[in-house]
Amino acid sequence: MLRKGFAFAALGLALLAGPALSATTEKEPADVHWSFEGPFGKFDQQQVQRGYKVYREVCSACHSMNLLYFRNLGQKGGPFYDPKYPNPNTNPYVKSLAHDITVKDIDTETGDVISRPATPADKFPAPFANEYAAAASNGGKAPPDLSVMAKAREGGPRYIYSLLTGFRDPPPGLTPMAGKYYDPWFAGDVSGNWTGHKDKVPEGGFIGMPPPLTPNKVTFDDGTPSTVQQEAKDVAAFLAWAAEPKAEERKAFGLGAMIYLLIFSGLLYASYKKIWKNVGH
Amino acid sequence: MSGHSTYEPKTGIERWLDTRLPIIRFANDTILTFPTPKNLNYWWTFGGVLSLMLGMQIVTGVILAMHYVPHVDYAFNSIQRIMRDVNYGWLIRNLHANGASMFFLAVYIHIFRNLYYGSYKAPREVLWLLGCIIYFLMIMTAFFGYVLPWGQMSFHGAVVITNLIGALPIVGPSITTWLWGGFAVDDPTLNRFFSLHYLLPFVIAGVVALHIWALHVPGNNNPTGVNVKSKADTVPFHPYYTVKDGFAISVFLIIYAAFVFYMPDALGDVANYVPANPLQTPQHIVPEWYLLPFYAILRAVPNKLMGVLAMGADIATLFVLPWLDTSKVRSMRYRPTIRLYYFIFILDCLVLGVCGAHAPDDLVIPGVSGPQFLDADLNSYVWLSRISALYYFAYFWVITPLMGLTETPLPVPESISAPVLSHPASAPTGAVASPEKRG
Amino acid sequence: MADTVAGANPDPHVSGPSLVGGDPNRRDFIHIAAGVAAAGLAGGLAWPFIDQMNPAGDTLAMASIEFDLSKVVEGQQVVVKWRGKPLFVRYRTPKEIEEAIKDDHADLRDPQTDESRHKPGKAQYLILIGVCTHLGCVPNFGGGDYGGWLCPCHGSVYDTSGRIRKGPAPLNLAVPDYAFLSDSKIKVG
Repeated sequence: MLRKGFAFAALGLALLAGPALSATTEKEPADVHWSFEGPFGKFDQQQVQRGYKVYREVCSACHSMNLLYFRNLGQKGGPFYDPKYPNPNTNPYVKSLAHDITVKDIDTETGDVISRPATPADKFPAPFANEYAAAASNGGKAPPDLSVMAKAREGGPRYIYSLLTGFRDPPPGLTPMAGKYYDPWFAGDVSGNWTGHKDKVPEGGFIGMPPPLTPNKVTFDDGTPSTVQQEAKDVAAFLAWAAEPKAEERKAFGLGAMIYLLIFSGLLYASYKKIWKNVGH
Repeated sequence: MSGHSTYEPKTGIERWLDTRLPIIRFANDTILTFPTPKNLNYWWTFGGVLSLMLGMQIVTGVILAMHYVPHVDYAFNSIQRIMRDVNYGWLIRNLHANGASMFFLAVYIHIFRNLYYGSYKAPREVLWLLGCIIYFLMIMTAFFGYVLPWGQMSFHGAVVITNLIGALPIVGPSITTWLWGGFAVDDPTLNRFFSLHYLLPFVIAGVVALHIWALHVPGNNNPTGVNVKSKADTVPFHPYYTVKDGFAISVFLIIYAAFVFYMPDALGDVANYVPANPLQTPQHIVPEWYLLPFYAILRAVPNKLMGVLAMGADIATLFVLPWLDTSKVRSMRYRPTIRLYYFIFILDCLVLGVCGAHAPDDLVIPGVSGPQFLDADLNSYVWLSRISALYYFAYFWVITPLMGLTETPLPVPESISAPVLSHPASAPTGAVASPEKRG
Repeated sequence: MADTVAGANPDPHVSGPSLVGGDPNRRDFIHIAAGVAAAGLAGGLAWPFIDQMNPAGDTLAMASIEFDLSKVVEGQQVVVKWRGKPLFVRYRTPKEIEEAIKDDHADLRDPQTDESRHKPGKAQYLILIGVCTHLGCVPNFGGGDYGGWLCPCHGSVYDTSGRIRKGPAPLNLAVPDYAFLSDSKIKVG
């Protein structure tokens, strides 16, 4: 929404420095960078693998990713893509990653609900049976699905990184509600819990998620030291990939398209000039 | 202007078809040999761009409809399925979503061009009216279309706009319930919006056909605003303007491609990546950028019904423009005084757009708390919207009629081919002659 | 009129180049190149628009299944859904196998040996697509003179190898692409 306002301003106005959000505040996401940014950006496969591990071992306990299938991990551009297995359903590493996870299914002979190891064709299983169970187990608010989270917040992966590394003790005068934690990068209005000066209300809000990451919580197979910052950066990269697995394909196609269109415009311009050469206009 | 056809069927098949359904003759007369003023500048290429974009939206839309599921439980996920699993689905979706923005960008340039060169003036009033109808249909289509992804902004935007109808006295609430198909925006609403979104573009296509027909009766306007006097003033549409339009289209495609491939979500709202939740309203509900000026005017008026009427009035004003403009001179090239007001008008529309993007009580100059005037801070976007909305209406209802009567236009050339008379003193000033001769 | 302006008007009698014949200058390379580029653009855009109707990622993922043969009892068949169609997994008795081999060189409408319709050393397992090759109905297990299958729609009779023996169907029941992952597990597709 803010970007739309700026798009308009860029068309000729220099009026605005920046809008202030009236009801909620949050800190601007940190200036962090990833390999996939920009028109030529590509996902760092190792990083997205580490990010998947963080999701699987930490986040998936509470957060679903209902739009992801195990086979997505092995498709082109994905963290476990292997050129020897263009069909991700046959990729043995993907099959073993899926096999580690159990999913619910219906036994076609008895009609009962059973658990079985997942196959690449299965979706990532949700940690709770439904929205209500998720909310009930988490203080009344269901942990949001993470499939497109990197696109659902201003700043995308930068927001995710800032939020995860941003948990801190509330400043004196600020008392979070029971079961909530203070994070300056989480959009919220803490003025109701602030006893200090009314013009100095701290930025940020109270989030129902306790700080999920600690140093060495996840052991990375490639030996990368797993600091909180590294874990946050990697899981943000994984979520960025998960939000749009076709990003690399899009940019590659785009390069071809732009070059073609530039040449095409040149040809048409020359043709146009030639046709109009003798006409006074 | 429509002259007599110069088409001569060459082969036997052509002659056979020509006596039964003269479609090749029609195509020849409309697109190939149609005499077009030879001085059209690049602002005239946007009609062609618009035709391309309508075609693009229809083709990509029909394809998306093969995969999209118009049900509240499946809509959001079906679009993600298009982005992830359907072959080139990401491309088709990006083309369609950004295509809507590019369509509106082109239509705004097209409309502003018409305002500047007086293309709405006699004898092109019906052409202009058809254009206004197309614009209105585009707004409806875009509104229905934006609801379909069923994100937070889709849903709550639908809630806000359908609730506006409820402001109409007596009949309002029943019309709203009728529109919803229930007690709130829900599955019946989504399904019917999908049906209407699929239908309206074909209605637009029909009106576009009438629009082009209405254009071909008097022929194109041109930057001088002077009528075509002879064949010497024109060139055949092909190849002069087919290729020029082609070039303009290819440049337009570069901008379009930049969005589709490198910034596909830049013109959208992040909140629409959160599935619709009727129990939770997003921080700021805003429409897509091309509807922001109307949104600003709606919110500028403190009364709900008056706000709706104001928003309706600003579109309705366009329809009566040909009768508000009293000038005998068509093109603002020769109307230096109103030209200034016109450029301020463009700025005004941009300001209205920015206002629409902000919360009403956000401060324009941040940090500076101005004096309270009536119901809001003077430094707030509410007051900026009000001033801008006032100028919008004043430009059409006050400035345009007045300027036509009071300003002194520059001398208008005799014809398109003739040079502009270099001695203004030797040419009769003021507008006395009829538009046919001088305009 | 003022025709003395530099950059003369085009000859009003030339109504522009016609598409057939006309001014040879119009055949200039640049115009042909621009035209070809335009066609290329249209074609390049057409391919994604056509390919999107091909099976999508999730459809392709369901394209192959694994099946546990220990579920099938000797002399019976299990029917599972594969690629939207019924798949017959039949555990044949030795008598059924013998009868199938006996008719290998009989007067068959679609001649095939029984051996070519199962995996080597696994004659007891017959994996067939359960769609009648006539007009697509699902044949019933065990019916008809040969103890194979009988299609209820128009009376096609298949033998214990799934070959068409009587009735209007032109071809034998199709054998899908499958492989044994182990003695008791197959992967179809």
